Amino acid sequence: MAKTESVQVMDGDEIRRAITRIAHEIIERNHGADGLVFVGIQKKGVPLARRIRDAVQTIEGDELPLGTLDISLYRDDYDSRTAELVPTDIPCSLTGKTVVLVDDVLFTGRSVRSALEALIDFGRPAAIQLAVLVDRGHRELPVRADYVGKNLPTSRREEVLVMLGDDPSADRVVIQKPAGGQGGK
Amino acid sequence: MSALNRNILALREMSADEIQLILDQAQEMKEILSRPIKKVPTLRGKSVVTLFFENSTRTRMSFEMAAKTLSADVTGFAASTSSVAKGESLKDTILTLNAMKADAFVIRHSASGAAHFIARHTSARVINAGDGTHEHPTQGLLDMLTIRQHKGTLRGLTVAIVGDIAHSRVARSNVWGLTKMGAKVRLVGPRTLLPADVEQLPVEVHTNLRRGISGCDVVNVLRIQMERQDAGLFPSVREYAQTFGVNRSVLREAKPDVLVMHPGPMNRGIEITPDVADGEFSVVTEQVTNGVAVRMALLYLLLGGSNDASGH
Repeated sequence: MAKTESVQVMDGDEIRRAITRIAHEIIERNHGADGLVFVGIQKKGVPLARRIRDAVQTIEGDELPLGTLDISLYRDDYDSRTAELVPTDIPCSLTGKTVVLVDDVLFTGRSVRSALEALIDFGRPAAIQLAVLVDRGHRELPVRADYVGKNLPTSRREEVLVMLGDDPSADRVVIQKPAGGQGGK
Repeated sequence: MSALNRNILALREMSADEIQLILDQAQEMKEILSRPIKKVPTLRGKSVVTLFFENSTRTRMSFEMAAKTLSADVTGFAASTSSVAKGESLKDTILTLNAMKADAFVIRHSASGAAHFIARHTSARVINAGDGTHEHPTQGLLDMLTIRQHKGTLRGLTVAIVGDIAHSRVARSNVWGLTKMGAKVRLVGPRTLLPADVEQLPVEVHTNLRRGISGCDVVNVLRIQMERQDAGLFPSVREYAQTFGVNRSVLREAKPDVLVMHPGPMNRGIEITPDVADGEFSVVTEQVTNGVAVRMALLYLLLGGSNDASGH
């Protein structure tokens, strides 16, 4: 079981194009960028939120707030052994704002549920929209994304890893399958 | 099923890594206290019993606020209104409360070792909120968190603890915690108020206030316990204030960016002058806020972990 097999499903260019498309969809849907606040779910939603916020700013020109949200304390399966707290930083009141919540991968929907509960403790947003780079299916809660970079059919046993670094050309998304070829659908 | 698989009885028993983890988590917990809605659902369904056999306002309220912010249920217990007043032993009290299925006990007691004793008679987690003249670990932690927020680190700092060291559980917890984290500690006070075993502690000892705080990064001033004067440990309160009271003039011996701390309650004009207590070097009110954050971190680390967590 220790051996795994990795398959790349998105490269740096594809990720960049997906982020640009999501940025345009956000602007189109909200008729501009007024009143938008971007919030990345710690930890891997944070660099993606920054990329999407930057892309929207490039198109619209306005400076837009960016926050980070640690959902550990709101999880339904939390465990303080593994959930080491990291910064939550919501830069402004969310009341009346449209929050674009960002995470790297949408899977069971449980992280998003926790994030929704946490966000509402910072005010009453006019709306919360969800942006993810990868939607891999297998939802356990009635949650869907408003903006999706790529829909990726997976098996539950696989793992989807989004790697965003300082050099965008080295970015990639890979699926890790457990060894032995039993990972297929 | 939690990060700290232990009780919090004494900083002497804890490792530098454990202390570091608690301080890091407390730093994040502090953010919750500045939210519009100061409550997270994390410890829903957990029960915390506070057992205060000795008077306390800030420590007890601080624990209650910490537990409530994390959504735990808190049941208070004051020895004066309980069956303890009818002569029930500490062990029987614990066995009774144990049978009510508390998840954690927070205990303050005038006997050194009381928290350890309770820990032997319960499977619930135990946090020592001060036992006799032994330790007050959560005060030591909140003092370290406050220093770290201002100085960035504890390593290499010199911290002077001034006053009645012999009777101070705060001093002992600070000595063990700070030295584990790489700070140097000086104990400053009259001979009669230094502990008998002071040579065995990893500290420098000073009986002159100016020399004791010379070049220090932090001066932690302890409360002088008025009842000690009756025991003849110092000649008069006024004499103590003149020789060991921390005032503006004496503080010039310390570093220019010195932090002045006090665990409270303060005797203004005795161990600390009011202008220092409220002055630009004082972080006394921050200590109180950090106290709630540290206790939240401890409750989270000790009780955090739902029963059916997947455990990955």
